[in-house]
Amino acid sequence: MTATVGQQAQAAARANDVWKVYGSGEAQVIALRGVSAEFERGRFTAIMGPSGSGKSTLMHCLAGLDSVTRGTVSIGETTVTGLGDAGLTKLRRDKVGFIFQQFNLLPTLTAKENILLPLSIAGRKPDPAWYDTVIETVGLKDRLDHRPAQLSGGQQQRVACARALVSRPEVIFADEPTGNLDSRSGAEVLNFLRNSVREHGQTIVMVTHDPTAAAYADRVVFLADGEIVSELIEPTAETVLDTMKKLDTAAEVGN
Amino acid sequence: MFRATLKSLLARKVRLILSGLAVVLGVMFVSGAFVLTDTLGRSFDSVFADGFSEIDVNVAAKPKVQVNEMEGEQTVAPLPATLVDRVKQVPGAASATGVVNADGARVIGSNGKVVTSFGPPQLGENWTGESELLKLREGRAPQAEDEIVINKALATAAKVQVGQKVGVLTAFESKKRDFTLVGVFGYSGDRDSIGGVNEVFFTTPVAQRLMLGEPDVFNSITVQAADGVSDEKLRDDVARTLGADFEVKTGEQVAADASASLKEGLSFFNKILLGFAAVALLVGTFLILNTFSIIVAQRTRELALMRAIGASGRQIIGSVVLEAIAVGLIASVLGLAAGIGVGALLAFLFGKLAGGLTLAGIGVPAAAVIGSFAVGLVITVVAALLPALRASRIPPIAAMQDVATPDRPLTKITVAGSLVTGVGAVLLFLGLSGNAGGQTLSTILGGVLFAFIGVALLTPLISRPVVSLLGAIFSWSVPGKLGRLNSGRNPRRTAITAAALMVGIALVTGVTVILDSAKGSISALAQDTIKAELVIAGQQGGPRPPTFDPGVLDQAKALPGVRLVDGEYGDMGRIDGESTWVAASSDIASLRQIFGAKPTAGDIDRLGPTQMLASSDTATSRGWSVGSTVNVQLTRGEARTYTISGIYESSQLTNPVTLPATAAKDFAIPQPIQGFIQLDPGTRVSDVQPQVEALLADSPEVSVADRDAFIKQQTSSLDGLLTMIQILLALAIVIAVLGIINTLALSVLERTRELGLLRAIGLRRSQTMGMITVEAVVISVFGALLGVVVGTGLGAAVVEALKDEGITDLILPWGQMGVFLGLAAIIGVVAAVLPAVRAARINVLGAIAHD
Repeated sequence: MTATVGQQAQAAARANDVWKVYGSGEAQVIALRGVSAEFERGRFTAIMGPSGSGKSTLMHCLAGLDSVTRGTVSIGETTVTGLGDAGLTKLRRDKVGFIFQQFNLLPTLTAKENILLPLSIAGRKPDPAWYDTVIETVGLKDRLDHRPAQLSGGQQQRVACARALVSRPEVIFADEPTGNLDSRSGAEVLNFLRNSVREHGQTIVMVTHDPTAAAYADRVVFLADGEIVSELIEPTAETVLDTMKKLDTAAEVGN
Repeated sequence: MFRATLKSLLARKVRLILSGLAVVLGVMFVSGAFVLTDTLGRSFDSVFADGFSEIDVNVAAKPKVQVNEMEGEQTVAPLPATLVDRVKQVPGAASATGVVNADGARVIGSNGKVVTSFGPPQLGENWTGESELLKLREGRAPQAEDEIVINKALATAAKVQVGQKVGVLTAFESKKRDFTLVGVFGYSGDRDSIGGVNEVFFTTPVAQRLMLGEPDVFNSITVQAADGVSDEKLRDDVARTLGADFEVKTGEQVAADASASLKEGLSFFNKILLGFAAVALLVGTFLILNTFSIIVAQRTRELALMRAIGASGRQIIGSVVLEAIAVGLIASVLGLAAGIGVGALLAFLFGKLAGGLTLAGIGVPAAAVIGSFAVGLVITVVAALLPALRASRIPPIAAMQDVATPDRPLTKITVAGSLVTGVGAVLLFLGLSGNAGGQTLSTILGGVLFAFIGVALLTPLISRPVVSLLGAIFSWSVPGKLGRLNSGRNPRRTAITAAALMVGIALVTGVTVILDSAKGSISALAQDTIKAELVIAGQQGGPRPPTFDPGVLDQAKALPGVRLVDGEYGDMGRIDGESTWVAASSDIASLRQIFGAKPTAGDIDRLGPTQMLASSDTATSRGWSVGSTVNVQLTRGEARTYTISGIYESSQLTNPVTLPATAAKDFAIPQPIQGFIQLDPGTRVSDVQPQVEALLADSPEVSVADRDAFIKQQTSSLDGLLTMIQILLALAIVIAVLGIINTLALSVLERTRELGLLRAIGLRRSQTMGMITVEAVVISVFGALLGVVVGTGLGAAVVEALKDEGITDLILPWGQMGVFLGLAAIIGVVAAVLPAVRAARINVLGAIAHD
């Protein structure tokens, strides 16, 4: 990993004093309170925290799906904050990949068509070598002509991963990617995500509340009450669980 | 349950408004038709009641040939003037006046053209003085032979003033005759006309000669009762004195009879409008069925939950039907109100067109109210029944599962569709082949209805291959491909939506095929048959065909380069007691050559004064052969015996029987209607045409045209009919558009998450809109394609059945079909606008996060 230190200086995604406030007056909810974070290129970062901690909000803001109330977000050299719909669309099309908890495949398209959809939308041709590599790694070679309804949950999520990877985005955001999978399928998907980081230098930011899932990451960022409260490098399931427990107790004590 | 139903109704306002709108439009048609005919009917009542209000008793000859409203104005035979004195002698009669009052007095306006009335008669009458009703507004009564008085509305339309010379064509003189306009009259209540009737008053002898064709005759005698004598008593006394040859009626009876005959025409009109309402409602049924199916599908979880907490299947059906009743009720009320507005508007336009018919107040007959509610409620509930049944079958377990709408196999629906289509085909065959035993029309209509429903049921099956083929056109772009796939996604929904559009397009196509074929066949036949380079004819604007001066025929014959001239007369007559169209020709030999008639028996080149020719069809059906004698009663004159002297081969263009020219004076219209001129070989048409035109200077109703222009002019009435039918059917198409909007809006709603995903991975707003638009266009073009195919099939079947009636050529309107498909594409684009905007505005984050 030390070889990549030089690149770490340039973050794939960056949040700078990001505030996110919903509603106003009595009903005001502050989801993010001045979060600043950098997500290094070629690393697998997990964002963790109890529900309501703002971890999903942070990811949505980073990905340009949601606007920030204050502060700036950037992806690569692009400042996301302030972009209009066309700019955001272009950003999502060219620089960002998504993996969702609900897979979100188009039922009318085959697995292959789903995988190539972002490239088709952007009017780009896939790099054949890279496409083959992706298909190889996700192990879907004999399932490419199947519709999502004919695939298992794990297979569907692997199709979704391949869809995110194939356009080689600057950063992939994964939102609870194993939330709807059994543990074996979940492990497969996580392995696969980790390999794409290790072997192909892909940048992945994953939101999860599952310590086992977080243990696959290179680094875990902990959020509580809209603030980054802790961080672990090279985590294991145990260290993540410990940190979570501490955060829970702290929160209870605080209450 | 009731509460829950209401809540769910409110939650789905927009969707229900859209489908309710279809019912509103259909109901509007129903109530509009009733309101229009009721209003016009009462307006006619009051017009006639007014027109005859000053008559106590009216005496007229029994009509010699009865004609109905569809065949033309009834012309009554004249009465001898001496009868007036006989009537005066009847005790109880204060006075009796001979009246000339006949259709066919046409005033030539200051622009040299005949003033037309578009429906109401153009009466030529004898001046019998002013009355309570009729008052001179300007000038004086006609006293000399060349003086006339006309009503104010006519003077305004003709742009003529008192003191001017005015040209008039009369029933017995289609050559312009100049009169001095000495007065203009109006009616009480500041009316310029009664019911748009144009009236010209002459002195009595002139009116008798020009309107009735002989001196010392009248059409009718009006009798005033002496004080203390009731109309009815006077009527009975007069009738007893005159005997059975006369119709003696009170003024009230005359008004009622005149009005009733017009109302017969109105009720026919009413039926046509209701027919179009039925089409609109059929389409509406598809739309409602679809909406409720989708609503039930979307509420699967909710309905299953209700079942899980104890609602019975019956209660579920009840709740869906209750929703339908609510929608039907609201739609009926709105439709009724809209219909009253439309009916009133149409009545107003009709009144204006008919030359200022004074409208009675707008009436809403009970039939309109009952019809609206019955139709609106029944249609909505029937359409919702199937979805309701399906809703009741949702198992309670569905509440706990994430049910994707299962892809039910299409076998059942396809079998049902084949059966229903088969029944439709059988009914059509029976109806068209004339084996329906007196129920021909209803059998054919039933066949068409079954065919539509059957094809609609088959549509899901057809939709898969056809939609993917259609969609292939758009597959070059990603949004296009996605749109295409979406439209093939739910074959049932796509099918019903497309089927709704199919009905309208199929009917328009079918009618176009039939009318184009009829037009083409007649044109082709005319081109082949008529060997006349020039034709004298006019454009018919009202019930009375344009006529011209018979003298023109002789003058034309004398022109250099003219070989043959034939003038044609026609009327309804009674032959051996049966109503038959009879024709007369000015020159039978010319007629024979110009129309290339072939004799099948006897001699058809000449015709003596008591001889008659018949077509082979007529001769066969009436059992005539050469030498048969028949009794012919024409509109005027006594019945006469004619001998069949020749029989000619029947074709579409031949008349059933042809009488000698001398018989034409007893026709209701004793003037030639068409003239055919054949030129010597080598003579240029353009040399002769202006000379004939000059001859027609005093017959402004007609003009001379070359043969092709004449044929075009004769078939142009079919174009008008086609346009009218297309406009009326456009409503069905509008309803189908609502259906497409509805389906798309629901699809967008259902696919919120998917749309969010597409936006998340980089689909632009414009691409999203493109995707929805492609889906709409594919559905609408699919519907139009089905419609064109089904319509062509129906049209071709009818044309085939009418082969014996002379529609020999099947002409497919390729251009029109192309237009329909293009139109369908535009319809798709239009229908997609709102759903597409909605889809493009979907909040990406909200869509993905939404569970």
